[in-house]
Amino acid sequence: MSVTDELKAAVQAQTNKSGDAGHPMEDFLRMDRIPHIWCPTCGIGVVVNCFARALEKIGIPLDDVAVVSGIGCTGRVAGYVKIDSFHTTHGRAIPFATGLKLGNPKLKVVVISGDGDLVSIGGNHFVHAARRNVDITVICVNNFNYAMTGGQMAATSPTDSILTTSPYGNFETPFNLPFLAESVGATYVARWTALHIHRQTEAMIDALTKPGFTFVEILAPCPTIFERRNKFGDGLDRLNYYYEHSEIKHGEPTANVDVGLRTKIIVGKFVDKDRPTWLDSMNSHLKRKLGDRFTPYEG
Amino acid sequence: MKRVLTGNYAAAYGATAAKVNVVAAYPITPQTTIVEILSEIVANGELNAEFIKVESEHSALAACIGAQSAGARTYTATSSQGLALMHELIHWTARARLPIVMTNVNRALGPGWSIWADATDSVSQRDTGWMQVYCENNQEVYDTTLMAYKISEHADILLPTLVNLDAFFLSHTSQVVDMIDQDRVDAFLPTYAPEYKLDIDNPRSFGSLTSPDHYYEFSYKMHKAHEAAKQIIPEVHAQFAKEFGREYGMTESYRCDDAEYLLVTYGTIAGTTMDAVDRMRDKGIKAGALKIRYFRPFPSEEVRSILKNAIKVGVIDRMISFGHEGAFFTETKAAMYGETVPLYGFIAGLGGRDVSIKDIESMVDKMQAEDPSNLIWIGVKE
Repeated sequence: MSVTDELKAAVQAQTNKSGDAGHPMEDFLRMDRIPHIWCPTCGIGVVVNCFARALEKIGIPLDDVAVVSGIGCTGRVAGYVKIDSFHTTHGRAIPFATGLKLGNPKLKVVVISGDGDLVSIGGNHFVHAARRNVDITVICVNNFNYAMTGGQMAATSPTDSILTTSPYGNFETPFNLPFLAESVGATYVARWTALHIHRQTEAMIDALTKPGFTFVEILAPCPTIFERRNKFGDGLDRLNYYYEHSEIKHGEPTANVDVGLRTKIIVGKFVDKDRPTWLDSMNSHLKRKLGDRFTPYEG
Repeated sequence: MKRVLTGNYAAAYGATAAKVNVVAAYPITPQTTIVEILSEIVANGELNAEFIKVESEHSALAACIGAQSAGARTYTATSSQGLALMHELIHWTARARLPIVMTNVNRALGPGWSIWADATDSVSQRDTGWMQVYCENNQEVYDTTLMAYKISEHADILLPTLVNLDAFFLSHTSQVVDMIDQDRVDAFLPTYAPEYKLDIDNPRSFGSLTSPDHYYEFSYKMHKAHEAAKQIIPEVHAQFAKEFGREYGMTESYRCDDAEYLLVTYGTIAGTTMDAVDRMRDKGIKAGALKIRYFRPFPSEEVRSILKNAIKVGVIDRMISFGHEGAFFTETKAAMYGETVPLYGFIAGLGGRDVSIKDIESMVDKMQAEDPSNLIWIGVKE
């Protein structure tokens, strides 16, 4: 069987739930919005795929899930997934999600957004939602730059990385996102790369099923900008880089998991702890203070 | 030196020629290339300035306010949602009397998400105390940026200026721009030397609580500064014309003298309108165009003197003040109070929809037919 035939057979083997030959993700995506805008070998599609697999494995009805995203390449996720979704303003995905969760606590609220959106312009919301332990899952696709606007240096760009606003290399110190998330109170923190499709899917399942502010960082290739400007090749070359330079260290203190421009990348599950969620805290606190006069809020 | 520049690069080179000391900005489409080229100009050492890419537009203007208060000449650029996010500090800049110059690439606000031209973003900042200019071409962007510093920093004004250019029609479109030699710019625009600044040798405190005994007068003085600007802006324009040969006004008249049908507009639609005027003139229709450059301070007297002899006047707005009409239409009508010329308001090109010469010709047709009390929408898909 030639490679072409093999590919054809593989495509034919993928059928949607209606039994028609088609895109294997057809039940999860708004196909009328496809093709998407992401560049070839961009890592965001991998994350969407893994997220869909995670939801499928959990078996949660899609009607019970809402996806919120901000602005940027990853911000487009909300537009492509065929579940209730909200494409919010830049940086405000988490406060929108907080409101959504409080308005309907039965919803599984997931924020899928990029590093620029979540920890630069939206950084304040990130730290406060984690501090309060709002019961949402945040999946951050970190491609180390503001890709949608053409590749400006971001709060996550490794020192020395070359971007359009750092033509001679970045001299700032970037965020170490797992360290940030843990230090402000996230109950679950994991990092994987776009290469680790099974492990990131498992991490998403963990995060989606654990109460509280759960955080999964996925390092993803940005072939058009970050990889090109920093001479990492295309997205596939970058996946190979992840393969050669990733080291799995579950439980590693998050202070040690900085990502440099050409350093090894520590991946794994770093934090998994229990804390009452914001809603649980409010209900138990007011019950204690007010007794029978208080009816716990359940949405 | 003549170069082929996009509107965004013209803005960036204008700020560079003004020798700004601090640039703070955050990326947003379609402003981004302004910041990119400036970061490169600063990194190359072509401009002795500090460049910081901050974490939001709110922070960008805050950083400029801080730097300007310490005596630096500052610059930032944004667009749409970014300008909206700055809103709190846009008020602050003007009330602090800091002559900051900011480029705004006019872009529609979401939802639905749109990155295309629309003046709602800047018009929404109307009452902040900033001066506002709208540009028609890239040369105007460059020249206006330079003049904006001179005007803003004038001791009798001390107010910030927002220089507006239309998304993509100018921001990403290249035209020939005549750039001025640095020594001639320096002679035109001396080093920024504010009378009041944060100075460790002469400590001051800015931003204090202000009682009703004083707040009212602060506002009065800001308004007086806008009135003074109406006198000073033409003087700066005249000096610029004398030095560099390019003439500007708070408005620009095109074939208005004997015009019966006058169209008032701003930004890139003004250029299209002038072409439409030529075509209508060829057909024997006495049309004319009035481009409004300054929205604040609004040149009411000038507008009135130009429009009052027309038979009919139409105002084209690339924005709508919901529940009323286009903002430039409102201002024009107010300027024409007491005159008897019928005025028509046209809404066109929202969210970057193209406004063609034919659209503009159709406006004159409609002016001949429609009730002036009607707001006329051009090209609505019902």
